[in-house]
Amino acid sequence: MSNVLVLVDHTGGKVRKTTAELLTIARRLGEPVAVYIGEGVQDALPALGQYGATKVIALTDPELSQYLVAPKAEALQQVAAKIEPSAILISSNAEGKEIAARLAVKLDSGLITDAVDVQAGDSGPVTTQSVFAGNYSVQAKVTHGTPIITVKPNAATPEAAETSPEVEEFDVTISDAAKTARITESKPREATGRPELTEAAIIVSGGRGTGGDFAPIEAFADSLGAAVGASRAAVDSGWYPHAYQVGQTGKTVSPQLYIAAGISGAIQHRAGMQTSKTIIAINKDEEAPIFELVDFGVVGDLHKVLPATTTEVNNRKS
Amino acid sequence: MKIVVCAKFVPDATADRRFRSEDNTVDRAGVDGLLSELDEYAVETALTVKEAGEGEVTILTVGPEQAADAIKKGLQMGADAGVHVNDEGIHGSDAVATSLILAKALGKLEADLVVFGMASTDGSMGVVPAMVSERLGLPAVTLGSSVTVEGTTVRIRRDGDTASDTVEGTLPLVLSVSDQSGEPRYPSFKGIMAAKKKPVETWSLADLEISPDQVGAASAFTEVTEVTARPPRSAGTIVTDEDGSGAAQLVEFLSTNKFL
Ligand SMILES: Cc1cc2nc3c(=O)[nH]c(=O)nc-3n(C[C@H](O)[C@H](O)[C@H](O)COP(=O)(O)OP(=O)(O)OC[C@H]3O[C@@H](n4cnc5c(N)ncnc54)[C@H](O)[C@@H]3O)c2cc1C
Ligand SMILES: Nc1ncnc2c1ncn2[C@@H]1O[C@H](COP(=O)(O)O)[C@@H](O)[C@H]1O
Repeated sequence: MSNVLVLVDHTGGKVRKTTAELLTIARRLGEPVAVYIGEGVQDALPALGQYGATKVIALTDPELSQYLVAPKAEALQQVAAKIEPSAILISSNAEGKEIAARLAVKLDSGLITDAVDVQAGDSGPVTTQSVFAGNYSVQAKVTHGTPIITVKPNAATPEAAETSPEVEEFDVTISDAAKTARITESKPREATGRPELTEAAIIVSGGRGTGGDFAPIEAFADSLGAAVGASRAAVDSGWYPHAYQVGQTGKTVSPQLYIAAGISGAIQHRAGMQTSKTIIAINKDEEAPIFELVDFGVVGDLHKVLPATTTEVNNRKS
Repeated sequence: MKIVVCAKFVPDATADRRFRSEDNTVDRAGVDGLLSELDEYAVETALTVKEAGEGEVTILTVGPEQAADAIKKGLQMGADAGVHVNDEGIHGSDAVATSLILAKALGKLEADLVVFGMASTDGSMGVVPAMVSERLGLPAVTLGSSVTVEGTTVRIRRDGDTASDTVEGTLPLVLSVSDQSGEPRYPSFKGIMAAKKKPVETWSLADLEISPDQVGAASAFTEVTEVTARPPRSAGTIVTDEDGSGAAQLVEFLSTNKFL
């Protein structure tokens, strides 16, 4: 069977859920070979084995993390030359997409980004993408070279398939040209304790209608164990950090439940949440376009509706 | 310093965007289009860099006849010149091919600083800047939410998911900016009048020594096999909170649908 490369998405050895999804998808296409860049591969091993990695290739050169993506793309090219994979799967985040872009040029191969599903086809993987603000669903395939596919979070339900993969250390050669853009300072963001936006099952988002007070949004989110999101109007006003923006220039999310409070539902916002399974809106304007999307809507003041709902949800839980 | 902004002409997001039924490519000719709003941030950054030091700003676009509008908008905002790569053979090019055309044109322009938007508002792949950087062998600092240029050092702040980073590179270099990088200016009346006299060159594939079999639909590395319009969402239940019953009904909905 052919090898399918999966670039492991992790923070210091803690494997992210998207990697389990990628490994699950890789098993549909061939034998998953995980590529792990950075320190902590031993910590990651159990999770990689749980989802069926047949082998783990570890790249531990510290220079891979010091610079931006160029050295990582070079490393993957070298791994690909050795393994000759039938496809390469990478998480669809900013870094993943840039690595994939460089790799496509290096390998003279077709690239598909932001897949929401990948299945095996007669002539290689067939991807599904959601385009034009989620108004169209597009099926595509790579017709030249090694298919390189970046996959969005929640594109597959992780299915365990226990293996005990061996770790193979792999020495890479990084060119000087790849070391020209460097990270000179990094300020980590404080952890919120809430689920990650793109991976969350439930998201509660606030917009300009919050008037700047996200406390009721956060309290409601916590009662549901949800992540918090924001519209661009809220982010631009400085009420919530950009990392939480949902929409065209923020995160695209597709949770089981999306709750929009005080958000009008502009096309650019819809682009980021339209494919959510269930949508709820709370907005005081019954004409707000967000109501065109909802499964359930409340016309009312979020400052009244949300706290009352939060209290009731918390009561039911205890 | 020669600053070049890569700017894309895209179908208007607020109008009807569609695919051509004959070949499943994005319909760019039959619809209203404009300079991608996210590339306006790139134009703004280029103009700010120029104003803070020195240089000349050129708008480079690859696209059909109407894409000249994207250049015009950039010139009205204050750019100095435009280059339009327009050739029958380009239709249906994917990102890999587009990056080849841009890289060849940038080589010919001898750009010191190349500024990109974060993603095009139609394809929204966000991959072309990295591809061009790879092809030109130039460093790339991407997704800048603020940019400073001091001498030959370009420094950006990049707000990622887990950290806020400072990233540095040396000219010549490829830069991409996010929509957090500063509001694009509106063209002034003076700017609109001045734009009419600014030089715009049109280049063909032959001008760039690209053979037609390297780009276009026939040589694309990806193929769209099926396009399906998303079925409209079925109308939901909407209640009014007039009597304060909104919360109770919302809880009921959450409970019935097993979210509690
Ligand atoms: C290139 C580009 C990219 C963009 N990218 C994004 C993006 O990624 N994400 C994004 O969100 N936007 C994006 N936008 C902006 C988008 O067009 C809208 O401007 C934005 O989404 C509006 O945010 P909002 O709904 O919070 O604000 P508004 O449109 O001002 O809506 C506020 C809503 O709150 C309601 N409201 C007010 N008070 C209350 C109350 N007390 N209780 C209940 N409801 C109340 C109002 O009725 C109104 O419907 C982008 C725009 C452009 C041009
Ligand atoms: N046809 C084009 N002409 C000029 N610039 C382009 C073109 N396509 C993409 N770009 C640039 O590349 C960036 C990213 O595009 P994309 O990878 O398609 O999302 C855009 O913001 C533009 O700056």
